[in-house]
Amino acid sequence: MGKKMNKNSYIREVPRASWFLKQPRYIRYMAREVTSLFIGAYTLMLVIAIKRVAEGPDAFQNFLEILYSPLGILFNISTLLAALYHSTSWFNVTPQAMPIQWGEEFVSGRIIVGAHYIIWIAISILILVFGV
Amino acid sequence: MSERQIQIEVLRYNPETDIEPTIQAYTVSCLNEWVVLDALNYIKDNLDATLSYRWSCHMAVCGSCGMMINGEPKLACKAFIHEYSDRIRVEPLVHFPIKRDLITDIEDFIAKFASVKPYLIPKEKRPISDGEYQQKPEDLLKFKQYTLCINCMLCYSACPKYGLVPEFIGPAAISIAHRYNQDSRDGGRHHRQEIIASSEGVWECSFVGACSEVCPKHVDPAGALQQVKLASTIDWYREHLMPWVKK
Ligand code: FES
Repeated sequence: MGKKMNKNSYIREVPRASWFLKQPRYIRYMAREVTSLFIGAYTLMLVIAIKRVAEGPDAFQNFLEILYSPLGILFNISTLLAALYHSTSWFNVTPQAMPIQWGEEFVSGRIIVGAHYIIWIAISILILVFGV
Repeated sequence: MSERQIQIEVLRYNPETDIEPTIQAYTVSCLNEWVVLDALNYIKDNLDATLSYRWSCHMAVCGSCGMMINGEPKLACKAFIHEYSDRIRVEPLVHFPIKRDLITDIEDFIAKFASVKPYLIPKEKRPISDGEYQQKPEDLLKFKQYTLCINCMLCYSACPKYGLVPEFIGPAAISIAHRYNQDSRDGGRHHRQEIIASSEGVWECSFVGACSEVCPKHVDPAGALQQVKLASTIDWYREHLMPWVKK
């Protein structure tokens, strides 16, 4: 599991494949990273959708049927959950990455995080109302 | 004063005789207000004088007593016995080579720390007769939190990236570079950028955030690293999209 190096110090090796199982905080981090695979897959799906549109109405209809199948719906719901987790986990750390100083104080992190949620909800409503 | 019998399991390693580290258990009757360091001192004074570990201040200032306590990077002088069960496992900080028992080889950290030029590099030479630099409270606020770092290296033990990629400059060194970059008296940012904005610098970080969670002084190194990423990204766009703008 480890090895001696020169000067006789002992090195404990980090398990390359399973290091993240050691700590809950590493698992949380991995969960956040894995959610981006769902978002990647969804983007790929959108690209396929464009291709199907280009191929004509039948191809697109066929594509839609796959989307409405139980598997398609499962994929959409799990991507939505993954995207929610991904977005909120990033929103919650924005005050660390982008602190805002106001004179002799930092603006409270809650305001920075809150602003992200408000903009997110506002954009979602706009898309729901005007986008569909 | 209440006492409790605690099993202190300590990693032992003697480079002269051992091929591998072993765990040795000591039973210590600990006072409830003790910290883990008190238990180690008790062992050293009364049970086993060969136990080796570093400490100095016993008040979370010197940064020398960092160790893994039940798998978590902690200052032994800030880890209260009453927060633990009757068995406590103490090991040297992970991601560092073990020299002896709880003592690690910290040369890698020291070299990285020095490489980021952690000192003021004034914008221009000023004669002493010009008097002192003046800073307003808002200037101080920009970097004060990063001055609290005690170089205890808990963040390096918490950081899985440092464990996997030992070339990574790492949380504390980049945070101290950021501290000087944020200082209105300093003009050395471009010197430090060469190191901290490289791929072994801030771009090795994927914002696990563990460094900030374990930092005993609430320095928030993870925040500092993201701020360096942001500033370096802005530099890149400036350079490539607006080459006519002078830095
Ligand atoms: S002994 Fe100084 S920080 Fe713990």
